Amino acid sequence: MGTAEQTVEVVDLTETTIRELNQRLHDATDGGPQNWRITHPNGLHAIGAGINAPLEIDIDGHVGYYCAGMNKEANVRIHGSAGVGLAENIMSGTVIVDGDTSQSAGATGRGGLVVVRGNAAARCGISMKGVNIVVEGNVGHLSGFMAQKGALVVCGDAGEALGDSIYETHIYVRGSVTELGADCIEKDLKEFHTAELSGLLAEAGVDANPSDFKRYGSARKLYNFSIDNADAY
Amino acid sequence: MCGIAGLFSKSSSFEERLGDHLSDMLIQMADRGPDSAGVAFYRNPAPVGSSKLTLFSPDEGYDWELLAGELSGAFGGGNGPEVRASHAVIVVQTDADDAGRWVIDNHPELRVMSAGETIEIYKEKGDPREFVERFGLRELSATHALGHTRMATESIVTTEHSHPFSTGLDLCLVHNGSLCNHNRLREELRREGITIQTDNDSEVAAAYLTWKMREGASLTEALESALDDLDGFFTFAVGTADGFAVLRDPIACKPAVMSESDDWVAMASEYRAIAVLPGAEDARVWEPDPGQVYIWEKEKV
Repeated sequence: MGTAEQTVEVVDLTETTIRELNQRLHDATDGGPQNWRITHPNGLHAIGAGINAPLEIDIDGHVGYYCAGMNKEANVRIHGSAGVGLAENIMSGTVIVDGDTSQSAGATGRGGLVVVRGNAAARCGISMKGVNIVVEGNVGHLSGFMAQKGALVVCGDAGEALGDSIYETHIYVRGSVTELGADCIEKDLKEFHTAELSGLLAEAGVDANPSDFKRYGSARKLYNFSIDNADAY
Repeated sequence: MCGIAGLFSKSSSFEERLGDHLSDMLIQMADRGPDSAGVAFYRNPAPVGSSKLTLFSPDEGYDWELLAGELSGAFGGGNGPEVRASHAVIVVQTDADDAGRWVIDNHPELRVMSAGETIEIYKEKGDPREFVERFGLRELSATHALGHTRMATESIVTTEHSHPFSTGLDLCLVHNGSLCNHNRLREELRREGITIQTDNDSEVAAAYLTWKMREGASLTEALESALDDLDGFFTFAVGTADGFAVLRDPIACKPAVMSESDDWVAMASEYRAIAVLPGAEDARVWEPDPGQVYIWEKEKV
């Protein structure tokens, strides 16, 4: 794309409603503006939810609930912190938050990448199904609960019940883990995992040594029914 | 769902406008709780030897002047009532316990909303936006204040079921969430001699704190024991004479955001209630950890 076409569409949310903004983003699938800057988000909900095009979006400030939910293809950068359910059910593209996120960041995500430069609160990556999530700080309790696919990378510490009832998501934690959840165990960091982790750290722009991380995953005793576990139910 | 807003001033110039700013915060939380709204303002300390009551009457034409006259007859002095919609604040020349008891004994038609040196509680059913205008909250100066917007789940919508609930002199509680063991706990607290006026679950939480502190616990200790004894979901904000405290249940069912600038400390259910404050864009913002007591008081800021 030539520099002449690199115009940036600026939307001020003190003047434009969320519905108008999101409609314009949904209509930008082909031929519309590709670069967007959203100002004065002021904690409003559902900013940029349901985008389905390779847009470049910068949001200047803190966003509310469900920002960039169901995102497909777009690269969304939040220059602030995010409320509950950031990038919930993300399909593809990237969502990067400079600050912290509240709970359920990247929940149920099926693809793409979510990067949190600060801390994520409880339930980060809950029921994730293929999304990759990189958190530079800490994650709260019940992160990776019933996580099925994809990778959750935590450069800081993880709270209680990490990976509770986990399926096949790979969890990497550099710091301490308060407590592992049911059927979540520490596993060897094999060559494959070191490569996966290096790739994710590089993609997220995080300077960290993969060998400082520990890997956690499923003991596979909970979701494969075994008669020996009958007394655990 | 309910909405909470708390605001604490760090400068005297901000105190002048605190009512205006808290009103803006409350209106942002209106769609989290359209059933009723309430506030506790900490302002205009009663002179030494006196105390302040906030009283509620469902009768719009209630003769507050007559009541104030009776109170000065009983205790001396003579301050006129400051009337705001269905509520009136009266300064009484005795301590807050005596003044409150006198009203309960002599005027059962009234409800004592708050008693203490500086606290004033106003609450009413209906839309929070109308509440702000009807009670003229924007003109109030205060050192700090708490607000609540209610979406009722556990009990009916009346003025008495609205938040904040008084939990002792100059103390009050607002709650977002619901409690499961409030019926049994209410009976236990009543046996301990604690007055509980409604079937509301949040009032039981307020009564629980009242009881704990009566038994000698500090506010922090009372809140910490609430983690063991209250079964349910909650974000609590507790107003005190000098500041406020915040506590979330250990599994973080209910949201809370905190923020601090050079002029103020704020807490709210969501950031959008903080975004309306001057200087919010440059203020520090964070989410309080679940199960941990946070307290701001005048001396500590």
